[in-house]
Amino acid sequence: MISLRHFLAMGGYSFYVWSAYGITFAILSYYAFASIRNYKRLQRRLKKLLAQQPQ
Amino acid sequence: MKLNPIQRRRLLFILLIIIAVALATALALYALQQNINLFYNSSQIAAGQAPLNHELRLGGMVQANSVKRMPHSLAVNFIVRDNAKSVRVSYVGILPDLFREGQAVVVEGKLTVQGVVQADQVLAKHDEKYMPAILK
Amino acid sequence: MWLWINKFAAPKNFYQIAGTIIPWTSILCALLFLYGLIGGLILAPPDYQQGDAFRIIYVHVPSALLSMLIYISLAIAAVINLVWRIKLADIIIAVSAPLGAAFTFLALSTGAFWGKPMWGTWWVWDARLTSELILLFIYLGVIALRAAIPLQESAARASAILLIVGIVNIPIIHYSVAWWNTLHQGETLTLTGASLIAPAMLHPLWAMILAFICYAKTIILIRARTEILRREKQSQWIQAFLRN
Repeated sequence: MISLRHFLAMGGYSFYVWSAYGITFAILSYYAFASIRNYKRLQRRLKKLLAQQPQ
Repeated sequence: MKLNPIQRRRLLFILLIIIAVALATALALYALQQNINLFYNSSQIAAGQAPLNHELRLGGMVQANSVKRMPHSLAVNFIVRDNAKSVRVSYVGILPDLFREGQAVVVEGKLTVQGVVQADQVLAKHDEKYMPAILK
Repeated sequence: MWLWINKFAAPKNFYQIAGTIIPWTSILCALLFLYGLIGGLILAPPDYQQGDAFRIIYVHVPSALLSMLIYISLAIAAVINLVWRIKLADIIIAVSAPLGAAFTFLALSTGAFWGKPMWGTWWVWDARLTSELILLFIYLGVIALRAAIPLQESAARASAILLIVGIVNIPIIHYSVAWWNTLHQGETLTLTGASLIAPAMLHPLWAMILAFICYAKTIILIRARTEILRREKQSQWIQAFLRN
């Protein structure tokens, strides 16, 4: 546990280091999530639209 | 890659735009050169190229054994130098973690008649080398 | 070769090829992030001057590099779009500009979190930081221009010209630390010659750079597929694709 605390403390720079990593991975993961969601949503909507119109 | 005459004209047009913009930017940057530089170095200040009593920045190395802290206060005096000339700096406040003798700094403040820079802010400049402590 | 490019650039082929590539780049991206993060946060030793604060390099440098790499790719796409009128080039521009803006924003903000403890300031108007801020404004300009012009063809042409004009900022960002006095230090990484960083610190940095490149590629492919679906929803092949 001491080593985990040591790791999280980042030699006294925890606020700056974790803020930088936090903002980076927050934006990257949100963007990845949103991109996949948009694709699936559009695909679903187009499929529905297509099912409604006659062949 | 085949180009028909229309495509060739478009490409030429793009090249012309790039050249024109690059030329204009280069001229503007050349004209503004002094303003883009973040700081004066100590030789320029020692040679009197910097204005007196005007907000300016001085960059250079903190001379070894030149840092004198006043007891019971945050006041500190030190010397900033480059290869040739040195300039005295006095400052009251908290110094950044990387402020060390032999390290580069950028000092923001006013140049007094005595040739001392009265600093409002001291910024540490670090170099582009990264290595573990043991190698030092 | 030219024929092959033309074939690849046809939305239908691109859509299918991208579909097969995406899972692989995703896996590669995850592995690179894993190695880069473990190496950068745990295995790499603290810096002799900056202690553990130097670890911000592993998110700052890749973000800054990607902000410029994406810009260069977009400027090339802009030339291709203007000269050869290839539809795919504009699709790539449309979906990558926000990603480029995001990386530019990240480069600036992670830089601020690094500058505060080390330099003693969040921000300074030196040539490197200012030119990177201008890059953010160019990206935002491209996005705004596309949003403001309703006609797709005109929007494509206007944003392509802005991208081409803005390319002059890229060498300025890169060489700013050499041309002027800046608070930002000079270049650490060099492709030729020795980098000015210890190997144990360098390897995770390259891994993170590759991870970011892989991430950007994957996201751009996913978003390009979405955009193709949206633009070509009336076409035969999309309808056939959606039916099965």
